[in-house]
Amino acid sequence: MSPLDVLPLAQAAEIDTGDTAWMLIATALVILMTVGLGLFYAGLVRSKNTLNTFMMCIAALAVATVTWAVVGYSIAFDGDGSIVGGFGHAFMQGVDFTPRDGTTIPHLVFFAFQASFCIITVALVSGAVVERMRFGAYLVFAALWSVLVYAVLAHWGFGGGWLMANGTLDFAGGIAVEMASGFSALAAALVVGARKDYGRQALLPHNAVYVVLGAGLLWFGWFGFNGGSGFGTGNASILAFTNTLLAPACTLVVWFALDLIRGRKVTAIGAATAIIVGCVVITPAGGFVSPGWAMALGAIAALPCYAVIVWRPRTRVDETLDVLAAHGIAGFSGILLLGLVAQSSWNGVSDGLFYGNADQFLWQAIAAAATPAYAFVATYVLLKVIGAVMPLRATEYEEATGMDIVQHGEEAYVTGEGAILITPQDGEDGNVPVANPV
Amino acid sequence: MKLVIGIVRPEKGNDVLEALYRAEVRGVTLSRVQGHGGELDRVETYRGTTVKMGLAEKLRFEIAVSDDFVDAAVEALCAGGRTGEVGDGKIFVLPLERAVRIRTGETDHGAVTPVGK
Repeated sequence: MSPLDVLPLAQAAEIDTGDTAWMLIATALVILMTVGLGLFYAGLVRSKNTLNTFMMCIAALAVATVTWAVVGYSIAFDGDGSIVGGFGHAFMQGVDFTPRDGTTIPHLVFFAFQASFCIITVALVSGAVVERMRFGAYLVFAALWSVLVYAVLAHWGFGGGWLMANGTLDFAGGIAVEMASGFSALAAALVVGARKDYGRQALLPHNAVYVVLGAGLLWFGWFGFNGGSGFGTGNASILAFTNTLLAPACTLVVWFALDLIRGRKVTAIGAATAIIVGCVVITPAGGFVSPGWAMALGAIAALPCYAVIVWRPRTRVDETLDVLAAHGIAGFSGILLLGLVAQSSWNGVSDGLFYGNADQFLWQAIAAAATPAYAFVATYVLLKVIGAVMPLRATEYEEATGMDIVQHGEEAYVTGEGAILITPQDGEDGNVPVANPV
Repeated sequence: MKLVIGIVRPEKGNDVLEALYRAEVRGVTLSRVQGHGGELDRVETYRGTTVKMGLAEKLRFEIAVSDDFVDAAVEALCAGGRTGEVGDGKIFVLPLERAVRIRTGETDHGAVTPVGK
């Protein structure tokens, strides 16, 4: 990532305690985002699928962390091959207390910070397939996707791959996180297919408070996500931090206006969506654009994302929680707009088209075309292959019963009425008529 | 005049409502209930505590209709609520002694006939 270039060279070779302290906190903040996302998603589904939806995000914490340590990190950040990295850091080889090249933080911290990005990106994709995908198939998908799609795109965008090498700017993950999750979500929705009642019945969010609280936690965590992407407390991080406050605020204001024009009422779930759209659009641009442009980006991004959110439910594509609109389209907008409004007087790296550097816009446009194409195709093929080996979705009966009971044997809102304790003595023997719903 | 009580699966609620509207049965009361009707119990585990859930979530429709509409209401409940698996629910038809529409004070047949009929 280019903001490294603006760090004073004298610091580059040794650990800076201030930078390291901030990066430790920033990493924890991004981990909290995954839990916030779980809450956000859980509120958006029907009550019978609350736990399953939340568990898809928790599963990302499990699966993606392991794959990241085993091979994902190495593919993303070892060497500067144009398409993928090497295996030099597989099983965390060479990831120790010495500074990661080009930063002033220990390699271990850099590893953990990047791991948190991989985790949340995997969790984001789950929004496309909630309420019907089998949990086992999802775990397999999450493990493979985190390596084959996330790690590869992270290499392109941040790890020295062809986009980064040609000067594409991406501060905190417009490529590997936002466009990757959004366009993969579209592919996943197409392969897994729509929920059985989609388009026939109203399938409504069961707890709007979870949705708003989850969005709030995401915004909170995003200060670590964007503010940590300068790998320290240098100017780029400070700029990204403040831009992460400004952009979503402007998205909210514009979203309120769009809601008022369209339905004469400002909606809470709309506001939660706007927070995410604003955070996403400033993700690639955070450390590269002036605060004024950050506000403009936040405002502008509301328009295409709002349009897609209104349009998508009218199609047959059950991309259930609108990952494409909130992340794919907002990330696409951020990557492109950044190519117009980047200012070297703020970032010390590069100007955009408006400041006389047309090449920058060209490479942003190339990233905005190549990333969705790779994410969509790779995810589509990956799910087709997994689907050939195991069923991807639950049966109609299981879908009707709810994924919480079927996949996890638990309910989110259990009353306890009618619950009979099974003691070890009577057990689940032949005398007790028991249906294991799986 | 009869009171038709239909107990159905929660996920079939919308199908039943749709069938009732198609049958021009408009006065409906709906409540969430829990019950047991011979379906197999499900086992759930919470941190090592394993329980058998003896009660399943159901929806209870209460529909007061004039005699002409009893069959239509029962057929709509059956058509909308059936999956073919154990646990689809029951329908009970009870005689109804008296009905009053609070707004107008109309009684009996007038009270259970939709407005505008």
